Amino acid sequence: MIRVENLIKKFGDTEVIRGISADFFPGKVNLIIGKSGSGKTVFMKSLLGLYDIDGGEIYYSGEPLSEMDFKRRKTLRTEMGMVFQGSALFDSLTVEENVIFPLKMFSNMIEADMRDRVNFCLGRVNLEGANKKYPAELSGGMKKRVAIARAIAMNPKYLFCDEPNSGLDPQTSIVIDNLIREITLEFGITTVINTHDMNSVMEIGDNVILIKDGYKAWQGNKADILTTDNENVNEFVFTSQLLRRVKELHLQSSRRE
Amino acid sequence: MNFYKYLEDFGRYVLMLGRVFRRPENKKMYFEAFLIEIEHLGINSLGLVAIISLFVGAVVTIQTALNLENPLIPAYYIAIATRESIILEFSPTMVSLILAGKVGSNIASTLGTMRVSEQIDALEVMGVNSASYLILPKIVAAVFFNPILISMSMFLGILGGFVFGQLTGMIGPQDFIEGLLLEFNPFYVTYALIKTVVFAFIITSVSAFHGYYVKGGAVEVGNSSTKAVVSSSLIIILANYILTQLILS
Ligand SMILES: Nc1ncnc2c1ncn2[C@@H]1O[C@H](COP(=O)(O)OP(=O)(O)O)[C@@H](O)[C@H]1O
Ligand SMILES: [Mg+2]
Repeated sequence: MIRVENLIKKFGDTEVIRGISADFFPGKVNLIIGKSGSGKTVFMKSLLGLYDIDGGEIYYSGEPLSEMDFKRRKTLRTEMGMVFQGSALFDSLTVEENVIFPLKMFSNMIEADMRDRVNFCLGRVNLEGANKKYPAELSGGMKKRVAIARAIAMNPKYLFCDEPNSGLDPQTSIVIDNLIREITLEFGITTVINTHDMNSVMEIGDNVILIKDGYKAWQGNKADILTTDNENVNEFVFTSQLLRRVKELHLQSSRRE
Repeated sequence: MNFYKYLEDFGRYVLMLGRVFRRPENKKMYFEAFLIEIEHLGINSLGLVAIISLFVGAVVTIQTALNLENPLIPAYYIAIATRESIILEFSPTMVSLILAGKVGSNIASTLGTMRVSEQIDALEVMGVNSASYLILPKIVAAVFFNPILISMSMFLGILGGFVFGQLTGMIGPQDFIEGLLLEFNPFYVTYALIKTVVFAFIITSVSAFHGYYVKGGAVEVGNSSTKAVVSSSLIIILANYILTQLILS
């Protein structure tokens, strides 16, 4: 579990994250939603310690990140996996070499076991047979899947995904969402996903946090979204006619019951 | 063009080196990366360095010969002049400057692209010390391989002079060899190789600094590679002056 207390992150004089607190639970898909530019990526990178923060604290299983030295942080990071917005595959390496990379760097496995693990992970994301391809030869959806395979190679306790659906068509998006959800439940991972895709929210949002201008504007789950009268949620979520209509119908039917 | 900006950059450069020179998390992986860099930064430059050295050696010999057309000056002086200019300056300094262009821009753009496409973040999240894993093998490869490149350059430069001197009829083989051996100071080679090692360190670390800390996108990556070449060249020239003062005077 990850606990965030009053996180503050500035760039120069601009406060981008202005005091966010949140808990992220194991075996759950935790979603951070918000408009583009609201601070999702900065928040996530601060959680991971990729940015030095200007205030607050982050606890990994109760242990404060600020008190971890260089070495302890590195061990913690071997328990983390991350899927970046642009996939961030190493483009000089093949699919297989990308996935095996963390294993070669950190595990004591013998070569054959590493190969098995790579094939398992690639199988898990339905990419059998793509082992020898280079990232440049893959479609956006395939790259995301390789990135997921690489992120789960080390059996992470924590999985972070920054807009895993950006640039994907709706069908592929749902495949990726469900994949992340299944993996989360299967291995009891604490998963945090940044997204502004409402389909994902309604599909997999166990615990949803809405960020607006660097503040936490709302927290709840996908069922709450349909009933809440929080203005920020309604403004962010129900932007289209279709979604507003869905909410009206939902409220009408729940009043009737 | 602001003094504090340079001071700040220098501070960040020193901090980066502090991160580069840490114990590798996996020696085998670092060694593999080192071998790849030997190929990228070293072997791939062999052809370029060879051709340039041969022809510059030839030109130095011909130019000296043309300028020394005086019957009172013995012909072997041409060989001495070729030897001294190739060993002392052309091979260590000029070839290093050429490598600063070729290797420096390559390092900066590779690292810059990895930065803006979040590949460096991906390494960090895995727990890899990205500065060390990406930069240390490049520095070590260049510091190890450039002396080989430069020694080859010295040899080929002098060979170029020898061959072209003969082909143009400006200096015969006996005179050339006599000149080469006359008052030859082997310490000059040591001096040249010391410079080479320092320059190799400058080229790789300064270019890596510019690439590693890129912010932004493709345009900034391009700018960083220009900056890498310009600043490593300037620092080489400055270091050349300082080293010459320190070692030869
Ligand atoms: N490295 C940076 N330096 C300065 N400002 C930044 C940096 N990264 C992000 N920002 C600013 O922080 C805000 C939040 O950005 P980000 O977290 O990327 O938003 P998003 O929710 O779309 O992921 C934006 O206004 C952005 O301009
Ligand atoms: Mg973002």
